[in-house]
Order: sequence, then C-alpha cells, then structure tokens
Amino acid sequence: MSLMTFGIQLLNAFQYAMVLFLVASGLTLVFGILGYINLAHGAFYMLGAYLAYWIVAKTGSFALAMIGGTVIAFVLGVVLERTLVQRLYGRDHLMQVLLSFGLILVLDDARQILFGKDVHAVAPPAWLNGTIQLTDNLSYSVYRLAISAFCLVVAAVMFWVIARTRIGMMVRAGAENREMTRALGIGFDRLNRYVFAAGIALAALGGIVIAPISTVFPGMGDGMLILSFVVVVLGGIGSVGGAALGALLVGITDTFGKVFFPSISSILVYLLMAAVLVWRPSGLLGRGEI
Amino acid sequence: MSRNRRPLLITRRSLLSGAASTAAFAVASPFPTPALAQNAPFKIGLMLPYTGTYAKLGQFIDDGFRLYVEQKGGKLGGREIAFVQIDDESKPEAATDNMNRLVGREKVDAVIGTVHSGVAMAMVKLARDTNTLLIIPNAGANDATGAACAPNIFRTSFSNWQATYPMGKVMADAGIKNVATITWKYTAGKEMIDAFAENFTGHGGKVVADLTVPFPEVEFQALLTQIATLKPDAVFSFFAGGGAVKFVKDYAAAGLNKSIPLYGAGFLTDGTLPAQGEAAEGIKTTLHYADDLDHPANVAFLKAFKAKTSNEGDIYGVQGYDSAALLDIGLTAVGGDATARDRMIAAMAAAKIDSPRGPLSFNKAHNPIQDIYLREVRNGRNARLSVAQAAVDDPARGCKLS
Amino acid sequence: MSFRAPSLAQALLVVALVVALTLPLFASVYYLQFASKVLITGVLAMGLNLAVGQGGMVSLCHGAFFGVAGYILALASPGYDAAPLLTTLPLAVIGSAALAFLIGCFALRTRGVYFIMVTLAFGEMLFYLFHDSGIAGGSDGAFINARPEILIAGRQWFSLDKPLAFYFVMLALTVVVAGLLTMLARSPFGHALAAVRDNERRARSLGFPIFRIRLSAFVISGALAGLAGYFAAAQFGFVAPQMLSWHVSAAALVMVLIGGLRSVTGPLIGALVLTGLEEVLKAEFENWKLIEGLIVILLVIVLAGGLRQLGFLTTSAQREEVAPASGAGHA
Repeated sequence: MSLMTFGIQLLNAFQYAMVLFLVASGLTLVFGILGYINLAHGAFYMLGAYLAYWIVAKTGSFALAMIGGTVIAFVLGVVLERTLVQRLYGRDHLMQVLLSFGLILVLDDARQILFGKDVHAVAPPAWLNGTIQLTDNLSYSVYRLAISAFCLVVAAVMFWVIARTRIGMMVRAGAENREMTRALGIGFDRLNRYVFAAGIALAALGGIVIAPISTVFPGMGDGMLILSFVVVVLGGIGSVGGAALGALLVGITDTFGKVFFPSISSILVYLLMAAVLVWRPSGLLGRGEI
Repeated sequence: MSRNRRPLLITRRSLLSGAASTAAFAVASPFPTPALAQNAPFKIGLMLPYTGTYAKLGQFIDDGFRLYVEQKGGKLGGREIAFVQIDDESKPEAATDNMNRLVGREKVDAVIGTVHSGVAMAMVKLARDTNTLLIIPNAGANDATGAACAPNIFRTSFSNWQATYPMGKVMADAGIKNVATITWKYTAGKEMIDAFAENFTGHGGKVVADLTVPFPEVEFQALLTQIATLKPDAVFSFFAGGGAVKFVKDYAAAGLNKSIPLYGAGFLTDGTLPAQGEAAEGIKTTLHYADDLDHPANVAFLKAFKAKTSNEGDIYGVQGYDSAALLDIGLTAVGGDATARDRMIAAMAAAKIDSPRGPLSFNKAHNPIQDIYLREVRNGRNARLSVAQAAVDDPARGCKLS
Repeated sequence: MSFRAPSLAQALLVVALVVALTLPLFASVYYLQFASKVLITGVLAMGLNLAVGQGGMVSLCHGAFFGVAGYILALASPGYDAAPLLTTLPLAVIGSAALAFLIGCFALRTRGVYFIMVTLAFGEMLFYLFHDSGIAGGSDGAFINARPEILIAGRQWFSLDKPLAFYFVMLALTVVVAGLLTMLARSPFGHALAAVRDNERRARSLGFPIFRIRLSAFVISGALAGLAGYFAAAQFGFVAPQMLSWHVSAAALVMVLIGGLRSVTGPLIGALVLTGLEEVLKAEFENWKLIEGLIVILLVIVLAGGLRQLGFLTTSAQREEVAPASGAGHA
C-alpha cells in the first residue's frame, strides 16, 4: 500500500471515527451520568437521519434540518426522560434493557408511519457538494471533510463545557460518584433530564450529519448501536475523552480491516474490545465499576 | 413489602396464564378454510419486501401484478382474486415463519414472491415441502430453478447466472483485460459475480479483486479507495435498490467514473435512475429489459403502469405483470379449477407470453428463456444498445426435472 | 422460595398439561407448529431465567447459544439426508455449553452494566462471524433439508418429520427441563446461586466460590438455550445469523419478566403470552411493532413502579443500589 493510499484510508477511518464519536459520546454521557443503559440509542440515530430527509424534502434547507432535527430530538429526549426513563434510575438494569427494547419497537413503527418504509438519499448542502482531487484518479467529497471538521468542533465544545462550566462540573461530579452527587441534591432532576436529552440529540445529530453520505434506511440504527457500545466500553463508561479514543481505534480497525481482512473485518472490532478489556477492565479512560 | 399475607392467592402468574389460554383459544378457533369451491376466490399470497432497501422493488412488483389482474377485470382464468400481503423485509431469518403464515394459516392457493434471493430460497424450500404453487417475480437464486427445482415452482424473472453471464463476453470483446468486482456478500451477489467471472475469464480476462460488502451495508469508502489503488481497466458490480443508488453516487463522488468505467448487472440502474441522476450517465449494464424497447406490449405496459401508479415502469413492474400473466394462463387452461394441478402446471410450463420485455418462454426448470440486452444509461434512461446474448437459457445445474 | 399456596398453582399446571397433551385433537397443523414454537422459546426463556432470575446475571448473548446450536445441526447435517438425532443433539448442546463457558470465563470477570455490555458485544461478534464469513451460507442462512431422525441398525426408529411427533418431543423436553430446573433451584447449588445473587459480599464472606457458581449457572443456562436452538433449527429446517442477534435475548428477557423472575416455569407463560401476542398482532395490524412496543413499555413501567408492593423483584442487593436521596429527588 503506497503512502498516499495509506493516508487516504486514514482519512476515511478518521471521518468514520468522528461520526462514531458523535453518537457514542451521547451514549457514554447517558451511561456515565445517569447509569442508564439506552439500547434504543441506535433508533434515535436512525430517527435523526429520517428527520433530516424529511426536513430537507419539505424545506430544501440542510441547515434547517440540522437545527430542527436536533431540537426535535432534544425535546423528544426531555419528554421520554420525564415520562419513562426517570422511573428506572437506580433500578435493575434488566428493566432498562427491556424499556429500550420496547422503545425500539415503537420508534421503528413510528418512523414507518411518519416517514415511510423506503430508503432515501439526502442531498448535502449545495455549498459543500464539491469534490477535491486527491490522486490522479481518486477524489474526496468535500462534505465528508466537512463532517469531520464539524464533529471536531462539537467535540471541542463538549470538552469545554465539561471542563469549564458549572454544568460541566456537575456532569463530571455525577460521572465520578453518582450516589454522592445525588445525596448532595445538586438540582439533579433537571440535570438528568438535559443530559439524557443531550445524549439523544447527539445520536440524532449523528444521523442527520451522516444522512447525505449514507443511505437512509430502516435498519441503520442496529449497526451503529452495537458499535457505539463497543466504543463506550473501550473508552470507559462516562468518559467523553474515552469515547473519542475508542472511536478512533474502532474507525481505524474497521477501515483497515475491510481492506486487509475483508471476511473477518467486523469481528476485528470485537476482538479489539476483548483485548482492551483484558488489559483494562474499565476501559481505556474509565473510572471503575458502575 | 408483603409476601405471604394474601388470603386470595391470585398470583400474577395465574392471572396471566388464564389470560393467555383464553387468548390462545380465541386465536385458534377461526380456521381459515382453503378456497375449495369453484366460486370461492383464488387466494394469492404476495410475499414481498415492502420495507427496506428493496421496498421500491417490492412495491413495483405488487403494482405490476395487480395491474394485470385489473386489466382482466379482477379475475384470472375466470376466478375472482383475493390478495393476502406479507412484508418479508428482505429478512431471510423471518422467511420461513412468514411463508408458513401464508401457507399454513392463511391457506393461500398460490404464493408470489420475492425479491431477495435468500428469502426466496426459504420460500422455495417450504413450497416444495407443502407442494404450494410458487411464482418468483424477481429473486434470481440459481438453485430455485436449479438444484431445488420442482414442478410447482416457477420464475418469471431471471436466474442470477442468466443476468450477468453475457456481460463477461461483452467486456472481453471491448478489450477490457482487468476487472475488479464489487457486490453485496449474499447469494445473489455471489452468483452474479461468479457467472460474470466464468464467462469473462473464459474469454481471457482477469478478475484482479473480488470485493464484497455485507448486506445491506452501504459504506463503500474504503473499498472505493482500494479500487483507485488497483487501477483496473473496469469495475463490474451488482447492487440493487437503495444500495445501487448509493454505490453509483459514491463511485461518481470519488471521481472514479472518469477513469475506470463502471459496468454492472442491470439492477444497478433499473428503477434507480431518478435518484442517481448525473452519476449514472454512461454506465453499461446487461439485463433482460431496457426502458426503450419498442414492442407494442412494452409500449402498452408502460402507458398503463404510468396511468395506474404515476411512476415509470421498470423491470420489476414487468416481472410482476408477467407473473400474473403466467398464472392466468394456468388457471384458464383448467377453467379456474386449481385442484387440477398437473394440467395447470403443464400449461404454465408450455406458456409463451408476449411480455413487455419481448417473447418469453420457460425452460424445463421453469426459468425464463429470454434475450439479454446490453444497455447504456443515456439522459436518465436505460437505452438499449444491442442484444448481448439472444435466447439465453439458464443451465439449470442440478435440476432433476425433465 | 415458594410464595404461593400449592393447590392453585399446581392445579393450573395440571390443567395446562392436560390442554397441552390434548392439543393435537382440536388444533390444526399450523397451530400445532405454533405450540411447538412456543415450547421451544419457553425452554430458551427458562434457561435464560436460570442466569437472570436465579443468578442475577442479565445476559444479552443467549441468542448466540441458541443460534450456534442450530448452526451445529446445520453443519452436521449431511446434504439431503436426515442427521442422526442421538449424536447431533448432544453435540449441539455441548457446543453451546462450551461457548457459554468461554464467554462466561471472560464476561463474569466484570459485573453489573459492564457484564451486560460484554455479553452484548460477544453475542454480536458471533452474529457477525456467521453473517460475514462463508460459514453455512452467510447472511442468507442455511437449510437443513431433512429433519433429524433416530436411525439404528438401518431402521428408522423415530423421525422429527411429522409436526405431531415434533410437538410431543418438545412437550416432553419442556416438562423434563422444567423439572430439572425446579430440582436445581431447590438443591444446595440453587440456594448458593440465590445467595450469590442476593448479597454477593455476604456470600463471599461465607466462603462461597462466587465465580465458579456463577459460571456453572451460566454454562447450564447456555446449554439449555442450545437445546432450544437445536429444535428451533430442526422445526423449519433453516438457520440464519439473526438467530444469534441480541434481539432474541431481549425477547427472551421480556418473557422472563412476564412470567416472573423467581419462578422456574413462569418464563413458559411469558413465552406463550409474547409469542401469542405477536401472532395475533401480526395477523391483525400492519403496525404491530408499535403495539407490541407499547405493551412492553407499559409492562416495564408497571412492574418497575409496582416493584415494592408486589415484592417480587427487589432483593437486598437492589435495595442497596437505590440511593437514599432518590426517593425525594425523582418525582
């Protein structure tokens, strides 16, 4: 493999990792702060993509799709947290698993009723629709580069919020010691609600952002769900930095695996996870048991 | 927390089991009876993908089938037609269950389905076990009219082998020496690439890479980069439905279409051109149909299809249409009496249909014998360039019917 | 362990058995097959409950044990002939048990939420193994062309071919499994398992070999899932990677929940309710998933809310998990 090709594959891996990070960060926050297993995370990713398709189809504006879709997902998250999820904090994880299972069924059919059963393509915004020539026969979509850039910005914002703001401090406190923070009574209800909604919104945002370069199809949530779990486990539950690291590892393993070991490329990611867990049972940047 | 304090011990379990048994009986009671009487409607089970990457294909097949039945006044062979619809979601794991529901519970007289080859093979197996009449309006799994062939199984579409074998010679004749192939890793993808490779290497060509993506994934980026590195003379691919749309667009977005011509099985560009747009221009494919075929049957079909559905007809609509035509021939031959199965099958096996695709007849394994056209995408339509191979007959490897 | 009066529950059991035995007299072939399907899923759920209800280990990889057994049958079936039941069945069950041992050794080193996720990941890994590689047909699955039979000295003594025979075999197996699990629950091992589940620290301080107890339960549970998987594959002669997906495990968990985590035969009822519900919904509604999902959500909310009153599911360990301030904080 030439250096140029290696570089391009690395670029592919990075772009893939960035979207994975976006979705996984939402999952790790919900997991780490709320101690809640959300197996429906992939369904929200799918919902985001369909929302993007629908909003673009109705209004022609991708920017509107990004903002509108994220807001809708956030509101949905708030509603779900208030009505369903908050009853299950501190409960047996079994209940949370089953609630997610039920949610997946509901969201799947809701998507079918609202947006139909077909697969769709979404056009990227016109100003990002070009390509850049990389080698003599290969060009790279500008939109893909934009995605990576966007995800980096989101990551930076997240890190800043968590490290520098009061909300971030509460989030960090919650991730470190949920029991204690709760006992201290730091306005936890609303924090939980917004963290959960933010987690959902991040998943949906991932779906919105990826819609133009992926096909929007009903089963797209399943693969993303498992991968984001792997990323979260790899990086350590509750750690956004861990999610970033995990996403990079998964992206590289997956991309280069597809090229060198196509028949077992999907399994490589799990082997990677197993290897990391043997070395560090709480994940790379994790803090211990939940 | 009270545990053993209740005098009346209706536990949750007993309540549930009571409810469950009542429900079970309620469900078990009404047994749908098969349409035995002549005057009872002929029940057709449509098992197609109405969801997922092949949703559009399933819908068009459905539309085509119903179009024919409507044109005949809602009757085939003099019998009223009743439809039962099941969405197979292109999921092989649910196929046996879904098919069993049609055959065992709804007790349909014939099954029409499906698109996905894996699902179809499960249907074929159950059809053989239960001797149900099955007409396949798309899935090209070679074995359906090969090793698993049976008198009660018909196909009005193509075999995977048939659709791509001619392209091997076409590309070799065009001076192409090295080809990279890319497809989904499942029965249909494998069989189509194998048939192409068989003919292509037989004429001196070389397949430099056999790339696959799990079904129904559409993340091609890493493989497109690899194709660019390999620099083959051309790329041959099979994708269909939503996946075909994405692949063609991604291929163009990577700029590969400028230096490495893209060829494919016709499904790459059938029913997908509006979504693919510019990216599809110039792609050459082989298929048993082309959009601009000018026989009267095709002209009439396209007009009627557009009037009924406001969509442009394509191969999937044609295959659905022809399935109904085939069934019509069978039912007419026995005056609507479906119990005269042998006579019905004999009539269907000998059928000669004036299909929108051209003249259609069937081989001993009940697979179509038909011309395969070479087409090129021009101005958003699959334009017929030539006949890639005439009267192609699938070899029906392993079939024991004579 | 028992919290119900013997008479009512036992009476119901007898009634259920009588219904099950006489079912072939008034049910069509389709519903006989449906009943067999319920029994198969019931065995899976009962096996899962050993790990989840008795052992407190929420596993999302039981689909893998279920599916692998089916695949072993598919791979061991010679082309178009029937596979020998007496050799392939033990082979499949042992295969699933071995897999459970491997995964258990690894996963049981973690606990709580990590355990759930590790089992999820391993389950999915096996799913992709069968889906992406060429083992037995890949994503399209593989066929078992003839159902297993018992062939001794050239004569076919028994075949699973007829739905009636299949049904009675399943019924017998279900009864045997239920009996075994009941005995296991009442045995010293069962009590030790419950002790580990309820209060791990205390059990450890009493000298119980925690890891070994859990692993044993996990392996037995996996073996039972394999037993169910073998017959699931044999029933319709088809295996597909989806049999290994976590959705199978999740559905089994719903059945366990419906039937009651502390009950051995409860999951059977859960299987009947869930499978029956799906059957009815699929026939009547196009958007059956929506309804099933809402029912599951409702079930979870009711059970989670009514937890304390019903007193079925809380254990001392779970009460420890719930933080002191949460009662006030989560209105």
